[in-house]
Amino acid sequence: MYNPMYKSEKKPDNTASKLSTGSLPGVAKRHRSERMFKATGLIAIAGGLLFLLFVLVSIGISGIGAFKKTYINLPVPSTIMQQVLDSGIDDADYYSLNRKALRERFPDISGRRDKRALYRLVSAIAEFEMKDQVVELAPTTNAPITIKFTASDDVDMYIKGTVDVAESGAAGRLNAKQVDLVNTLKQAGAIEVGFNWGFFTNSDSRDPELAGIKGAFMGSLFTLLVCLVLSFVVGVMSAIYLEEFARKNKFTSFIEVNINNLAAVPSIVYGLLGLAIFLGFFGMPRSASLVGGLTLALMTLPTIIIASRISLQSVPLSIREAAYGLGATQVQMVFHHVFPLALPGMLTGTIIGMARALGETAPLLMIGMVAFIADAPSNIMDPATTLPVQVYLWADSPERAFMEKTSGAILVLIATLIAFNLVAVVLRKKFEKRW
Amino acid sequence: MQNETEKSTEKTAIKIQAKNVGVSYSGMVALKDVQIDITERKVTALIGPSGCGKTTFLRTMNRMNDIIEGCEVTGEILLDGEDIYDTQVDPVVLRRRVGMVFQKPNPFPKSIFDNVAYGPKIHGLADKKDELEYIVEKSLKRAGLFDEVKDRLNAPGTSLSGGQQQRLCIARAIAVSPEVILMDEPCSALDPIATARIEELIDEIKERYTIVMVTHSMQQAARVSQQTAFFHLGELVEQGETETIFTNPRDPRTEAYVTGRIG
Repeated sequence: MYNPMYKSEKKPDNTASKLSTGSLPGVAKRHRSERMFKATGLIAIAGGLLFLLFVLVSIGISGIGAFKKTYINLPVPSTIMQQVLDSGIDDADYYSLNRKALRERFPDISGRRDKRALYRLVSAIAEFEMKDQVVELAPTTNAPITIKFTASDDVDMYIKGTVDVAESGAAGRLNAKQVDLVNTLKQAGAIEVGFNWGFFTNSDSRDPELAGIKGAFMGSLFTLLVCLVLSFVVGVMSAIYLEEFARKNKFTSFIEVNINNLAAVPSIVYGLLGLAIFLGFFGMPRSASLVGGLTLALMTLPTIIIASRISLQSVPLSIREAAYGLGATQVQMVFHHVFPLALPGMLTGTIIGMARALGETAPLLMIGMVAFIADAPSNIMDPATTLPVQVYLWADSPERAFMEKTSGAILVLIATLIAFNLVAVVLRKKFEKRW
Repeated sequence: MQNETEKSTEKTAIKIQAKNVGVSYSGMVALKDVQIDITERKVTALIGPSGCGKTTFLRTMNRMNDIIEGCEVTGEILLDGEDIYDTQVDPVVLRRRVGMVFQKPNPFPKSIFDNVAYGPKIHGLADKKDELEYIVEKSLKRAGLFDEVKDRLNAPGTSLSGGQQQRLCIARAIAVSPEVILMDEPCSALDPIATARIEELIDEIKERYTIVMVTHSMQQAARVSQQTAFFHLGELVEQGETETIFTNPRDPRTEAYVTGRIG
């Protein structure tokens, strides 16, 4: 029967069940607030996802061009090939031959200014491309051939539609005459757009059409390697010592407070520290990945120590007691039982720290890793830049074609970060054990 | 010290002797003035209401309290006449001789084999692999677990049922051939059938080991122990033959507890 203890505000409907929402006052309100809370959460997550999508799409749209590259196929007639054969394939003057080929393609161009405009359609390394391709073909007769040249960044942008054509017929830095020439080539089917392998195999260059991220990627790799080795070993060891072995007194709690504070210090301060210690005091080489790695290790250490200590704390006392109860020493207890159980958490913390280090620019500016470096570093002592510094450098470049390179480099950086996190998830799954 | 040794060698039946043992946690007294003799190769049950200090006393016997910060132990606990709180005593050696089984089964997150083999490994009890395998098999057999797990020694210890896990923990403790096994409410997390199995096991192994067991269940104490000690509010109220404690207690508090009036 109806329980008089629960007096309903509304008289209960005789047909309604005694267990319906309305039969207990206030329940409808409680359900309502629950729905409100869930809705707020959903809106927050949807908003976050929307922003993420917006960022990715906008970077993707502006960066996709960096992975495509424009080529110009230029016929080399018999007369030029004869000249090549005459002076020998290896010794021919490809600088002028390349220009001659361009002039032969457009015989009605005359005047110094127009000729110069014509030469600018191909990249600065056109003569080397011509030589490489001729050497590869190793012609024995003067039969005409076709050479594939990298188009200059201005042509590249015009073809990709990055720049608009003005009323005067000019497009970006291409004048009306050059636009005409490009259109002629395009109609003749001599323009080709392909995947820009050079973006991954070249290092930085002043010419946007030749610039790539290999140098910066290698620099990031070396820097992170130094940072990982140093900060993981030192960080995990300090965490184990502080958490498991150190006596709990005022001094250790002072250290603990300081480590927590260090985790919140702006990264550029670590740059100044690195500058003063590694370059100033130890006299290490500027711009080297070694110094970058050391500096980033200083920055990453607090993060790793804190994460490692938390994961050590989360190892249950029962496991420690079990080990002690069997007569294990403290070191055996820690390294046989506690450490393996804390490892997944430590790895997660380390990878979060590494991801932060990978995206860090400010401290590297202080130790000279913000230089123009045209060769990929081959070891940790070579001058290098890193991916985020490369992004910073390109974003600062006056050439408009660097814009898409900047976005392209950001895409690579994001992809690397995602790969990092995937590794973190896989490692955690692999090492995680239940107790 | 010398005198004590002579005295305890006279009474060979006494394995552990506590003298004026007091324990305090950061100044808070948990146990005071405990005098008790633990008989060799018998099961001694420590009973009493929650918070009476019986677990605390159990843990002083293999210096497990050392790892608790602020814990202080006074008095003497003699193992075969030697004070285990002497500065010369190494807790690692002590704990090899005085093993422990905990309230909640706590197998290592390793294989069944590795769980049992861990103790012998760290103490260097086996040089070769087959020696180790022999120890593991023998220990599992003694703990009455071998037949149930012999086909899956490489399965994780945590995959066993609660009762099996506790027997694994007993096998793990046995593997280092201790002289004394301390058990801290070994059945409190188990169902009645698993409990019966563990009690049977305790009965079987008591011929080889001196067993001290904390229990909340008076029936259990009556079933498996030969000696019983009753703790109340940090004091050892009464000790003696289990039968005497349950049927003819001297102290009114003991009587009140065993008849269910306090606790």
